[in-house]
Order: sequence, then structure tokens, then C-alpha cells
Amino acid sequence: MIEASGLTKRYGRTLAVDDLSFTVRPGRVTGFLGPNGAGKSTTMRLALGLDHPTSGAIHINGRPYRQLSHPLRAVGALLDPRWVHPNRSARAHLHWLAVAGGIPTSRIDEVLDLVGLSAVAGKRAGGYSLGMSQRLGIAAALLGDPEVLLFDEPANGLDPEGIHWIRTLLKNLAADGRTVFVSSHLLSEMANTADDLIVIGRGRLISQTTTAEFIERATKATVLVRTPQAERLRAVLTQQGCGVADQPDGALLVTGATGEQIGEAAAAHQVVLHELSPQRGSLEEAFMQLTGDAVEYAAQPAGAEDSDLLAAGR
Amino acid sequence: MLMPVTLLNTERIKLFSTRSPWWCALLGFALPVCFAAMYATESGDFLSLTVPATQDGYRFGMAVLMVLGVVAVTGEYRFGTMRTAFQAVPRRWAVLVAKTAVVAAVSGAVGEATAFASWGVACLIRPDVDLTLNTPAEWRSVAGVGLVYLFASVIAVAVGVLVRQTAGAITILFIYTLLAESLIAAVPGAGPAIVHWMPFYASRVFLEAGLGFDAAGSAPYGPWGGLLYFGGVALALLGVALVVVERRDA
Amino acid sequence: MTLLAVERIKLFSTRSPWWCMLLALGLTVGLSGLIAGESSDQFPLTIGGTQAGYQFGLMVIMVMAALAITTEYRFGTIRTTFQALPPRWAVLAAKTAVVAVVSGLVGEATAFASWGMAKAVRPSADLALRHANDWRTVAGVGLVYATGAVLAVGVGTLVRQTAGAVSILLVWALLVENLVGLIPKIGTDVRKWMPFNAANHFLTSGQASLGTGGAQQTPMPYGPWGGLGYFAGVAVAVLIVAVVTAERRDA
Repeated sequence: MIEASGLTKRYGRTLAVDDLSFTVRPGRVTGFLGPNGAGKSTTMRLALGLDHPTSGAIHINGRPYRQLSHPLRAVGALLDPRWVHPNRSARAHLHWLAVAGGIPTSRIDEVLDLVGLSAVAGKRAGGYSLGMSQRLGIAAALLGDPEVLLFDEPANGLDPEGIHWIRTLLKNLAADGRTVFVSSHLLSEMANTADDLIVIGRGRLISQTTTAEFIERATKATVLVRTPQAERLRAVLTQQGCGVADQPDGALLVTGATGEQIGEAAAAHQVVLHELSPQRGSLEEAFMQLTGDAVEYAAQPAGAEDSDLLAAGR
Repeated sequence: MLMPVTLLNTERIKLFSTRSPWWCALLGFALPVCFAAMYATESGDFLSLTVPATQDGYRFGMAVLMVLGVVAVTGEYRFGTMRTAFQAVPRRWAVLVAKTAVVAAVSGAVGEATAFASWGVACLIRPDVDLTLNTPAEWRSVAGVGLVYLFASVIAVAVGVLVRQTAGAITILFIYTLLAESLIAAVPGAGPAIVHWMPFYASRVFLEAGLGFDAAGSAPYGPWGGLLYFGGVALALLGVALVVVERRDA
Repeated sequence: MTLLAVERIKLFSTRSPWWCMLLALGLTVGLSGLIAGESSDQFPLTIGGTQAGYQFGLMVIMVMAALAITTEYRFGTIRTTFQALPPRWAVLAAKTAVVAVVSGLVGEATAFASWGMAKAVRPSADLALRHANDWRTVAGVGLVYATGAVLAVGVGTLVRQTAGAVSILLVWALLVENLVGLIPKIGTDVRKWMPFNAANHFLTSGQASLGTGGAQQTPMPYGPWGGLGYFAGVAVAVLIVAVVTAERRDA
């Protein structure tokens, strides 16, 4: 269980996290979603007691991280896979961590096996590829067999097989009853893995829901209809309680009914249809729409400046 | 084929677009000047203020500017930008010569500014003491500081290129310049004979010969010979570094 | 005990500490051999002379100690460490203890190896350790190395950057303390309260010559053990400031 309440962190003039409150429950994978620079990593650092909150608090199992008696056995985390001394081997890295966390050293080989690094465990970590470093970071997080797990962008640098592996791992960890908190800037990645979603932008909470609900809400279904008898169909559909909007090219955009229902209604009223196509907004579109005004490093839409100039010239 | 001017510009932009060179330059200037001010304030009849005494703190600045020379190279190795540079300009020696030239020019300029500022601040604090630069030896002891900084930073760049690690390069340079030369000089018997052929001792002969240092004139070269030897060692070391860089994997 | 074990594993699972220890030993013993070889009736070999190079080893050991903390900051492992062991003061205290003990042992090894080297090169010289003074000059090197390491860990924790920490330590020890003595009037008095000069007083007081001409001419306001105490006081003060700073700032 992770609970943030009024969590705020300010670096100089930048407000990285702004009055953030949320709860991460055990037994589920919770996605922590937001564009780059939204404050995900800062929140994770605050959760682990690495940075001091300006105000508010974030508790793990009801206590601040720094008051946990055996932090590594309670919480496993992967924040940055490069936080390993390049001249230390994977096994040596896990060794000191195990000793630090009061974890039996027999566990080292178990986690090395689990992440598939046994063959290269004696090699210096500086020579690892990004994917291998990521696996070492995951091994370090799992070392203490913790109840709570935090992963910051764990799929970074992994190949498709690695991504599939991490998804399965996260789901299995949650199925064991653990609290799994995973950040990402890609909704598509989370849609397949997370049960719950916490979405933030510019350090503020945008939404906290289940993934299914988020997707349902974000991608309301519409149907595009083309007909030479637009006025007739509009009257019929409005009568049935559907929303009908005109498109610039004369087509109708209908909400509140499926394609089948509209087709049947049209047939019943002898309306000719030229096109009947259900529309589904993409998840990424919905996500961008949600966080659009909360993106820290937004690129200027191409040509925006030009059109401004044209407008000014008129 | 890039023109030398382009290479120099590239290195100049690289050097001044990070913070540490600015800090080093500032510190390299401020430390000796503060030292000169302190010396002048405390000087009196017992220990008189002289022209070479205003320059006593030059080794502070030299040490700091050597750090600048080292970091200019090792910083690039650390962040991998050296590979990008060699990718852009495959003639590695040209990249390094340009870098050395920029670092040396900066060090030389800071050295001159430091020397005259140290002298100036002493003149201001003790207007009653005659600190005019009369003899060539006095001119050399002030204006020569820039030249010593310049070659010292060439040595620093060369060591940085050879070692490629900040901590290692700085440790080697400081232990050598600040400790090894004086400890070896103190070895009974052989010490005094070898010491003349230690490069930083030669640089002191250049700055201070005829002004109390090496008073017996036992060095087998004159002041300008000292500079020549110091500069020669610096360039030889740079030559070795260039050869090594061309051969080694980037 | 856990904390100490962790820091021991960390220190010895990378290469640079091994290099530093080897270098400290090699440079110091090498100079002792050189001095012994060059000694003659005109320049007799003394016990102080066998330890003339102790500063070589001290500088290298301080670099090792500073690296022990600055590399953790550089590679981010300090965050992994603080995540595993949240009480930061305890982590830093353990690291300091391990580094200081290792440095002390290297110092003792260096000192006795230097002494042995001189004896081997010049068997005719009288280098027997008879008085308490003689023992202090040789066996005291380890104490000075251990204290220097504490200071270096403190500076490394405060600065968090290898280049900065190493520059500050070496420029201070080798340049500032010497040049300060040049300042008229106050220089000599200020120099008496310079930490490395106090450490030097601890090692050289009562010895005829250290071979470097570094033997104390000026009377010091404290005895040899007072010198070590002062040096240790400065080191511990810097360490405390560093620990308090580390507790307060973001990792």
C-alpha cells in the first residue's frame, strides 16, 4: 500500500510535484502515467525517501520510507538502471545490497536466474547493454522479496521479448498479492498491463481510476453515417435519444448507438445509407487530449507560427 | 575537411558552454590575487614587499588551471562526447591540437591577468613601496606567469588525454608538481643534481632567477633556457599523447 | 556490523582502491629506498629519513577515501545505498570507519616497509627503534593516514564531485599550508594551526631530520600528541558537517 497525501516538491523555482494525493492498492498493477517531465520520477524518489518533500507526505505501509525497519525487504525499487558502479559485477552489486538489506546471500543466485543474468553475473556492469542493466535493476528490486514494488519505466531498452517478460512478471507479482507501482509515459504499454491508472501532468493528479474505466471514458464510441436523407435520419435518431452532430462534409457523427442499431433504425424508416462506420478514438489520442494542457516540454505544432503570422496579417 | 579555424571555434564553444571552466578561470584568478593582497597587507619592515613577492601565489592559479586543462579532456571522455568529436573530425590529432590551443590560450590569458592584477593590488595596498618594474628580471617575474600557466595547461591536457580519468589525472599532476619535485630535490646527494631537470623547477628558474631563487645560478641554463626546457617537456608530453590517441580505440 | 560489512564489500569490489593502496605503498617505499641509497657520512640515514615520503602515501590514500564517496555520487549508487539503508548518518559513519581502518593499515604497512627498505639498503645504518619518539615517527604514520582518510571522506561527501574534492584536498595539503607560511607576520602563527602541519609535527617532533628539511624550526603551541589530536579534531568536525549536510539535502 502506497499513500500520497498533499505531496509537493519544489526544486528552486520549478514545482515538480504539486499537491498530489493518491493510493496504490495491493494485489493490482497500478500504472503511473504522465508525459515526460510530469513528476513521475520525483514522486518515486520521494516515495523512497531519497528526496525530502517540500510539504505533504508519501507513506508505504503506513510509514514514511525512512522509518521502515527493513526497507529492502518491504520495498523493492528500480529507478535508474545506471545506478550501478561500472567496475562492479552484477553479483558483487547484488551482494552488497543483500548484506545491506539483511537478505540471505542465497537469494542472489535466485534473482539472477529469475532475470536471466546468471551467465554474465561475474562480468563488470559497465559493459552491459541497456536491456541487461534493466534486468540487473529488476533483480535488485526483487532481491528482498518485497511486498511493495516500484518500477520507473521498466520496459526502457528491452526488446519485444523482454517487454513481454516484464509484463508477465508484473502481473504475476500482483497476483501474489503484492503492491506493484509502475510508471510509464506510454499509455499503450500500460493498457495491457495495469489494473489501475494514476495519471499526472505537470505534477498534478489528472485522474485515478481503473484502466478499463479510463479507456471507456476516454474513448467514447461514435458512428459516422453518410446518407442522402440526412434530415430524415437525424429526426429518427434524435427521437431515439442519440446525439447527432453535423460534419463539415455533410456526414453525421452519431453518439449513443451502435452501428447495428443505427442500421436497423435506418432500414425501418427506409433511409438509404452510403456509409456506416463505427469510430473509435485511439488510446494515445485520448491520453494526449487529457494531458495536452499539462505537457511540460510540448513541441510547437508545425506551422503554428505561420498561421499566427497569417492571422496577424489579415 | 574542416579548417583549423572551425576546429578552434568548436573547441572554444565546447569549453565555455559548461560551467566548470568558468569556475576554474575565476578561481585561478582570484586565489593568487587574494594571496597577493594578504601578503601586501601584512608586509612591513621585517618582511619587505618586493615585485616577486606579489607573485608568490601564482602556483594556486596554476594548479586550478591545470584542473581546467584536465577536465576539458576527461570530461569529454566521461560523457562520451570525445567519440562524437572524433566522429565529426576523424583526424584526432587535429581535434586535440585545437583543444590544447584553446585551453593554453585561456590559461595564458588568465595567467597574465592574474599576474598584473596581483601586482596591481599590491601597489594599491602599499603605495609607499616602490614596485615599479625596472629590470628585465622583474618584468619576467610578472609577465612570465602567463607563459608558465600556458605550458602547465599543455601538460595537463596531455596527462588528461593519456589517463582519461579526472581523479587519476589530477592526482598524478598534483602529487608530481606539488610534492614529488620538492621531495626528490630533498634527497641527499643526488637530489640537487636531478632537480634542475625537473620541469616545474625549470619554470621557477624562468620566473625567479636573479630574484632570490636559484641564487647560486647553479642551474645549467638561464631563465629563458628554463622556459624553453619547461615548454619542451610540455610539447613532448603532448606529442606522446597525440600518438597514443591516434593508435588507441576512442 | 551490517553497515560495516556493506561498506567493506563495496570498497573492495572495485579496482581503484587496490590501485591506490598499491601506489601509496610503492611511492613511499621507493622514496625511502632512494634516500637510503643516497645516504652517506655527510648525509646520515635517520629514522625520520626513512619516513620522508609519508606524504606521498597520505595524498594517495586521501584520494582513495574521497573516491569511495564521490564515485557513489557519480554513479548514483549512493541513492541505491540510501534506499537500502535510510539512516544516512549511519551509512556515512560506516563508510568512514571502513575507509579509515583500511587507510590506517596501509599506513602501518607503508611505514614499516619504508623502514625495512632503508634497513635492507643500508644495513650499516643504526635504525633501531629505541625511544617512544622513534616509534611515534614510524607507527604514527598509520594514525595520520587514518585521520587523513576521515577528512577526505568528509570533503568528498560535501563536494560530491571527484575533481573538486581531490583538487581541494591536494591543493590544501600541499600548497595552501606551505604558502600561508610565506605571508609576513601572521603567516608563521597561522601555519601552526594548519591541520596537515599539525600532523607533520606529530610525526617529526623530536626527530633530527625527516630528510626533507621539513623538520620543525618554529616551536609549536602543542606537543606531538596534541598535533595529532588537533588534526583529528579538524577531520571529525568536517565529517560532522558533511553528515549533517547529507541528511538534509536530497540524495
